[in-house]
Amino acid sequence: MAEMVATRDAYGKALIKFGKIYPEMVVLDADTSSSTRTQWFCNEFPERFFNFGISEANMVGYAAGLSTCGKIPVVSTFACFGSGRVYEQIKLSVCWPRLNVKIIVTHAGVSVGEDGASHQAIDDINLMRVLPNMTVIVPADGIETEKAIQYAIESYGPFYIRLGRLKLPLVFDDNYEFVLGRMSTLRQGKDATIIACGLMVNESIKASQILSEQGIEVRILNASSIKPIDKQAIILAAKETGVIITAEEHSIIGGLGSAVSEVLSTNLPAPVEMVGIGDTFGQSGSPEELLSLFKIDAAAIVEAVVRGIGRK
Amino acid sequence: MQDIDNLKELDKKDEKDEKDEKAEKAKEVRRLIIQMIAEANSGHPGGSLSMTDIITTLYFSIMNHSAANPTWEERDRFVLSKGHACPAFYAVLALCGYFPISELMNLRKLGSILQGHPDHEVTPGVDFSTGSLGQGISAACGMALAGKIDKKNYRVYVIIGDGESQEGQVWEAAMSAAHYKLDNLCAFLDYNKLQIDGEVEKIMNIEPVVDKWKAFGWNTLRIDGHSIEQIIEAVGIAHKTKDKPTMIVADTIKGKGVSFMEGRVGFHGVAPTRDQEQQALSELM
Repeated sequence: MAEMVATRDAYGKALIKFGKIYPEMVVLDADTSSSTRTQWFCNEFPERFFNFGISEANMVGYAAGLSTCGKIPVVSTFACFGSGRVYEQIKLSVCWPRLNVKIIVTHAGVSVGEDGASHQAIDDINLMRVLPNMTVIVPADGIETEKAIQYAIESYGPFYIRLGRLKLPLVFDDNYEFVLGRMSTLRQGKDATIIACGLMVNESIKASQILSEQGIEVRILNASSIKPIDKQAIILAAKETGVIITAEEHSIIGGLGSAVSEVLSTNLPAPVEMVGIGDTFGQSGSPEELLSLFKIDAAAIVEAVVRGIGRK
Repeated sequence: MQDIDNLKELDKKDEKDEKDEKAEKAKEVRRLIIQMIAEANSGHPGGSLSMTDIITTLYFSIMNHSAANPTWEERDRFVLSKGHACPAFYAVLALCGYFPISELMNLRKLGSILQGHPDHEVTPGVDFSTGSLGQGISAACGMALAGKIDKKNYRVYVIIGDGESQEGQVWEAAMSAAHYKLDNLCAFLDYNKLQIDGEVEKIMNIEPVVDKWKAFGWNTLRIDGHSIEQIIEAVGIAHKTKDKPTMIVADTIKGKGVSFMEGRVGFHGVAPTRDQEQQALSELM
């Protein structure tokens, strides 16, 4: 059994690690610091941590201003409040002027669980990837979280990094290298390709084991880099396996599935099955219950792969 | 005795000349505003003219800045939170030498460095991109906070509009600037009493606006926003104020300087015709 790490915990540790290396890093939160783990950074560097209380729009504006004066601001809150709630501030105060602001959010998707629809960001990948100059990353595990954060801190420009609340098994080891715009291949297979991000990477691995028992061998690509997206890997997968199954903890409207479909429809049309949340809001429940209810788990991926292969 | 009296007379004359020079500079800015908006046949004359004396005084008599080095780290920062009034901002930047005055005639044209609302990626001297109201003041606060973190001496100036004060984000920024004791921040409210749909008081009253800023923890002053002396004096008080940001509520007249634009809501976002341009320019000679 792989070690279990929540991406938000990896984030908390990474902030301290890179905070020591980069004195220009400052961390901003809006009254969620104990949950997002930015409190760990605050304990270490209190003079570089700023709590805005419950005023996310203003926090994003401060980050923009701080970045024009050479700071590297990391803005943190829950995904629902760090995307849609402040969409226009991110668009005009951060992305339009291409400022060096890192928006790193936690508690994304329905796996936030019992808090229900108001706190479940299932539209944020869509909102963030449409913004010019924005880079969007959804890490699959704790190790990739740290690598992606390092990449974001060391690169110039706006980033949106989407993390979760749950503990997840580690997919990668310390030797893993994060490359922006490149999908990593987690499993080779000839019958179909699953392209997944976030906690759905782990669900895809589980699904591949079930499928293998049925004689179906799938390729798994980790699409942590949602924008820019790895066009080559998508086209190659369509060519070599004939069908793509996308898997994301997000609405099927505008997320990873849409991004993959955009590449395929304009380059090499191929059948695509999308595993994601339908056109609906979330609700309260345990994370496991919700992943099952919205058909975004290993069982749903297995079904989608079989359905997809039938369309080849 | 007579010599001393003569010297006093001369000092007074110098003061008067200096005052006239500053007033003349503001007039020049107003002429350029009219010309560039008429040329673009698009833009916002009313709110540009109302804040002309404030921004001209900031750039010519108050701020430390360098047209030769627009990104100089130690410079005072300026954010035009009411971004639509950028013709006044552009005219001042051109007169300071950030770009040629002739560039003003490209306002709002395709490929221009002078976009319809300020874009700091393309316009030398613009410290922050604005246009969507309520956002610029938060960014100005962020710049002031960066100055505090790094113990820098630069100061940050921001102009907000009265209609803009209806945005919730303005008050989030107000609360936070007092919380972080940003005494290196000085804001102006260009209180011209009009917004697109009519009188601010009737659309969504912001009064008692001085009391509001005071209640949010700011040092507050109220001045005639067309008096260069009062602007300079108020900024001097802001400079000396410790532990509090300053809000200077400046009473202004929308369209100030052009008789047929003064106090007229119709000129919020409407360009003068060529005939109106000529009339306005003759009034501003």
